[in-house]
Amino acid sequence: MPRKRRRSQSCRKLKHDFTELRLDAVTRHFAHGAREVAALDGLTVTIRRGEFIALLGPSGCGKSTALNCIAGLLSLSAGSIWLDELRIDPLPPEKRGFGMVFQNYALFPHMSVRQNVGFGLRMRGVPRAEIEKRVARALELVQLRGHEEKLPGQLSGGQQQRVAIARAIVVEPPLVLMDEPLSNLDARLRLEMRAEIRRIHRSLGRATIYVTHDQEEALSMADRIVVMKDGRVRQIGAPAAIYSEPADLDVARFMGYRNELAATVEHVAGAEVMLSGGLHGRAMGALTPGMHARAAIRPEDLALGTGPLAGRVENVEYGGRDSLVDVLLADGTRLHVRSAQSAHLGEHVGVAFAPHRLLVYPVG
Amino acid sequence: MRDRAVLLAAPAALLVAALFIYPFAYGLLLSFEPLKGDWLANYAQFFSSDRLWPTIGITLKLAIPATLINVGFALPIAYRMRTPSRSQKWLTTILVVPMTLGTVLIAEGMLTYFGPRGWLAQFLQLVHLYDGPIRLTHNYWGVLISLLISGFPFAFLLILSYVTGIDPVLARAAATLGAGPWAQFRHIYFPLLLPGLAMCFCLAFVQAFSVFPSAVLVGAPAGPTRVISIAAYEAAFELYDYSLASAVAMIMGFVQLAIVAAVLGARSLLYRGPVTGGKG
Repeated sequence: MPRKRRRSQSCRKLKHDFTELRLDAVTRHFAHGAREVAALDGLTVTIRRGEFIALLGPSGCGKSTALNCIAGLLSLSAGSIWLDELRIDPLPPEKRGFGMVFQNYALFPHMSVRQNVGFGLRMRGVPRAEIEKRVARALELVQLRGHEEKLPGQLSGGQQQRVAIARAIVVEPPLVLMDEPLSNLDARLRLEMRAEIRRIHRSLGRATIYVTHDQEEALSMADRIVVMKDGRVRQIGAPAAIYSEPADLDVARFMGYRNELAATVEHVAGAEVMLSGGLHGRAMGALTPGMHARAAIRPEDLALGTGPLAGRVENVEYGGRDSLVDVLLADGTRLHVRSAQSAHLGEHVGVAFAPHRLLVYPVG
Repeated sequence: MRDRAVLLAAPAALLVAALFIYPFAYGLLLSFEPLKGDWLANYAQFFSSDRLWPTIGITLKLAIPATLINVGFALPIAYRMRTPSRSQKWLTTILVVPMTLGTVLIAEGMLTYFGPRGWLAQFLQLVHLYDGPIRLTHNYWGVLISLLISGFPFAFLLILSYVTGIDPVLARAAATLGAGPWAQFRHIYFPLLLPGLAMCFCLAFVQAFSVFPSAVLVGAPAGPTRVISIAAYEAAFELYDYSLASAVAMIMGFVQLAIVAAVLGARSLLYRGPVTGGKG
């Protein structure tokens, strides 16, 4: 009996609602041989209630480290994490009460779907009848009614994924953490689950932090994206801003700006830059005439036609609605052009683009 | 192709037949051919003789506690050591040593250490912690300690391999759902380990039940530790009654089989699937 009382008290300490989660210079080092390597270096971001945040970056960028730090599965080397006025970084994961969806789902293999989903409620000492009711509601939400008695091994990948989500959200956590939850699913299911996860996020009305290396996933799901590389934040912003105005060349590369041109700045007028070779572009940093710069542009923003660039068609990849045409310029630069019109190998073509789509970054 | 692949198992099957099935069948038949009396006379003698049938109880009284203690202590220690570390490597190395020593050397060591004038007794008397006589050899306790020393490493290493086979992300998932360290063990690790523990119990039990050298060397083979294997030995090499010895061996095997079957029967009721939580 006393054990039960203590449990419900500790349960009261877990927060169900909040205004904001603040990460203040969150840093995590790992011993790498004799050296200490920062897997995560000074992550500072504030997440508000209702927000869907994506941590985006290539593998090894520190995004999963950040998620594990928030969940309490990794301790911080420096910095602090605050849930409103409560400092949570010294707390173990079981005292934080965040829901987490793991990349490989981490379903308990010896428990039925019902027991898996009800586990968090059981740990919180919720009465049996209420567990029953809330598990049923959570399974309804992920559209898995009728599978209650199955073991995880009897479910498909997509169903396992939905059990993992139901298990994380049934306790109504203030924060749901998702670590590349769709990476093990096939393409069609991935698209379906994206919409599903957004829908669940809206219906809970709390916050979701979603880790992914897939820029398309981040753009389509998140309210705000945190782009990371080498343990550091490179840019934080709305999907549209990240997509059209990457903060630096690395972010641009990661967001699909596959084409890069080396050039010298000739003239700057406000946001407009004139580069050597007669190219016009948009300044994405402090540029002065004579400076070395790199210009980046997406394949989608290039077109075959009369333009300032010209070269020979090296390769054509047919892609249904359009084709990906590789054009080799005279100076050896290879351009990828997504073009509605087809081209022939070896043909000489011109490449055109709208000047505001060519982003010019200072070098060094 | 597949049919021919089965042939690859033939040498092993032959070996098993030659080394296990043949002697077993031979012993079984021999046990029904007593020196005098009808075909069940050996068994009748075993269960009516005060020198013979109590050996079952004596052996069980040693083997079951020794197995329970070994498995019971190995489990928490192996659980604590589940993450690979330097101390894990050291401990496993140290624990392999008693397994390689063999029971005779362990008994030798125990006699100098635990004997009435052994180091332990001398030390306790030196610091006046305990002045009474210390009797840890040539009795029940001597054999039990010897079984613990020789059996614990085996139980530990086996359980360690089971524990490290469980995906640690499951415990982390449980932690994010509100399970503290104890609840993680109770609800995640323990149920997943239970089939392995049952298996470990069986193997450790069979090992302990066939105790022989230490029952003679550090036990009291005339009385309290007159285990069943001593009875078989006496029948064979002191009475030269091979038939009776075979009957004793058959009874010994039957008791082991009964306990193992009971444990494995209970095990079949448990969950025995993969111990990871989804796609790897």
